[in-house]
Amino acid sequence: MTITVLTNLRIIDPSCSMDEAGAIIIEDGVISACGADAAKGPFPEGATVINGKGRLAMPGLVDARVFIGEPGAEHRETISSAARAAAAGGVTSIITMPDTDPVIDDIALVDFVKRTARDKAQVNVYPAGALTKGLKGKEMTEIGLMKQAGIVMVTNGREPIADSQVLRRAMTYARELGAVVALEPRETYLAPEGVMNEGLLASWLGLPGIPREAEIIPLERDLRIAALTGAHYHAAKISLPESVETIAAARKRGTKVTSAISINHLSLNENDIGEYRTFLKLSPPLRTEDDRLAMVQALADGEIDIIVSSHDPQNVDTKRLPFSDAEDGAIGLETLFSAALRLYHSGQVPLERLIDAMSTRPASIFGLPAGTLQPGAAADIAIADIDMPWVVSLEKLASRSKNTPFEDARFSGRIVETWRAGQKVYSI
Amino acid sequence: MDFFPHRHLLGIKDLNPQDIAFLLDKADQAVNISRQREKKTATLRGLTQINLFFEASTRTQASFELAGKRLGADVMNMSVANSSVKKGETLIDTAMTLNAMHPDVLVIRHSSAGAAALLSQKVSCAVVNAGDGQHEHPTQALLDALTIRRAKGKLARIIVAICGDVLHSRVARSNILLLNAMGARVRVVAPSTLLPTGIAQMGVEVFHNMEEGLKDADVVMMLRLQRERMAGGFVPSVREYFKFYGLDSEKLKAAREDALVMHPGPMNRGVEIASDIADGPQSVIGDQVEMGVAVRMAVMEALLLSQNGGERS
Repeated sequence: MTITVLTNLRIIDPSCSMDEAGAIIIEDGVISACGADAAKGPFPEGATVINGKGRLAMPGLVDARVFIGEPGAEHRETISSAARAAAAGGVTSIITMPDTDPVIDDIALVDFVKRTARDKAQVNVYPAGALTKGLKGKEMTEIGLMKQAGIVMVTNGREPIADSQVLRRAMTYARELGAVVALEPRETYLAPEGVMNEGLLASWLGLPGIPREAEIIPLERDLRIAALTGAHYHAAKISLPESVETIAAARKRGTKVTSAISINHLSLNENDIGEYRTFLKLSPPLRTEDDRLAMVQALADGEIDIIVSSHDPQNVDTKRLPFSDAEDGAIGLETLFSAALRLYHSGQVPLERLIDAMSTRPASIFGLPAGTLQPGAAADIAIADIDMPWVVSLEKLASRSKNTPFEDARFSGRIVETWRAGQKVYSI
Repeated sequence: MDFFPHRHLLGIKDLNPQDIAFLLDKADQAVNISRQREKKTATLRGLTQINLFFEASTRTQASFELAGKRLGADVMNMSVANSSVKKGETLIDTAMTLNAMHPDVLVIRHSSAGAAALLSQKVSCAVVNAGDGQHEHPTQALLDALTIRRAKGKLARIIVAICGDVLHSRVARSNILLLNAMGARVRVVAPSTLLPTGIAQMGVEVFHNMEEGLKDADVVMMLRLQRERMAGGFVPSVREYFKFYGLDSEKLKAAREDALVMHPGPMNRGVEIASDIADGPQSVIGDQVEMGVAVRMAVMEALLLSQNGGERS
């Protein structure tokens, strides 16, 4: 039996509201004790004892929205390189989006992702299945079979579902199977050419705007259909305080709904686009500073459930273009925790809430064995120095694509070690 | 100020009033060169200018070409078809290819906003924006300003009414920036469907009625309405648009008697402007074309001399 003891740590575990100095004892990859009591010793015989130097230990992070390039665009990101990037960011579980080529809409492809992950990934990879075939929004996929094959949610990835009847039937069906339906609310008819938040800034830049209603209207519709069908609807990426209100109202009516926001929308606003920086071209678009602040508050209050990186690797072929022609998306696995820490350092969101939003809550929403350090749990642990200063440099990123909106950003605090099932998979 | 402290001309936004006045003064001198019998100078002799047009434009391209030639530069035109190849790839790839040929100035027109700025980051020579999407068209605003200044003697406190498709117009954006910087009063007159979000915060007074918007105006600047935007998309029809927003003699009466009528061309006669007005005594549309060459000469001379003379910022 292999026994490892991580001592001298500040342990935050939102799953049991723990925030105390202590130790974590790992036996054969499983946590056997955690907290102040575990630190009292004596430690089991033959244990390897590692001094944590007072650093922060938390359950490994869970990122519920990760786009990869495998299969189909391996030059942007493979499952293996995404997993390396995740490990470097303290993320031990990722849910991968079906937006690949071919689309993950079939059990054989679910199986491909799972097998590739088993052989090549150093973190837990959970595939999401496509809600409609080819993400085309026309016919539902074999949700039941894919669920048996191991998907943890159904989603239409980046693509909206325009046909409400298709959505209703798919959600009805998903409810029966207990599958969470995650959608990005986006209405395309309202701004087919839109590339950034509609407003004065877009007008000066000469870029077609995306009005706020392009997020609010489809969200309202989706929530009504969720109520109609009784399915669990997960708003996969919201960016506006109106969306938070809409969700709160639906929740009050009894709709099963959860929501996520990307770290980018908590960290950046439309002004960061500056002179057409395509790495900040995102969907939904970056909003105003007032919106960002309201969303940070909503996260602190728990109105927004979780934070995702929305890691979306894009290469020069899709990003080094005029703004309107460039693809949406930014990578984020490696900077997720450090960017979130900014909200702690600024006094806006308590540390425990941040960890909850990046680990415990997503694990519970999608039913993953993660997000906790309680005895019996797999020893997926992220260890951070919450004050260590560092500067993001493109060359040092593990991701195959370098489209980070945090290029040259200065952060206080970073992940220094990542453990998965008792094995150290990353250290600084 | 005796030199121009910028490496590129990407937009009016980057210029302060001194920069603008400097270019206009220089352009005033360049007008004389174009009116001489001997029109060629040696100012830019030995330098290479490449016109890189991803969007077809006979007029602007000819104007830049003549400007370069009159300054003695070697001018090459590259008209890149925008259809088959993916736009952006063509932009960067073509730019890198051209850059390797050591041009001294690249003049670029592209259908995407920010294309000129992107190009300027990738090449080692001066870049002049000849229109990027719906963003800016700085030399057009400068030539408009020069035309107005020569006719009215000043830019400060004059009332300029910009009428028509402001939403899609880079000319309008550059003009709003320039005229505001120089202290003019700017109005826009258009149906709401053809105005950008936040227009009221862009330093203009907004009107939806031509008679009201043109009242006491010193300059009436008409904008081109693209044909594809006429039928049902942004306005119901050509005849409805002309009825309410087309410049005819009746509507022009609201402006000052000596008001200038301007148009960046090419005109849609009978859509945004009546033929008799376009050809009438108040029209300075021909002058605008002449000033275009002068302004482009001034811009290229200023950029290339500032390169040789060292940059201030």
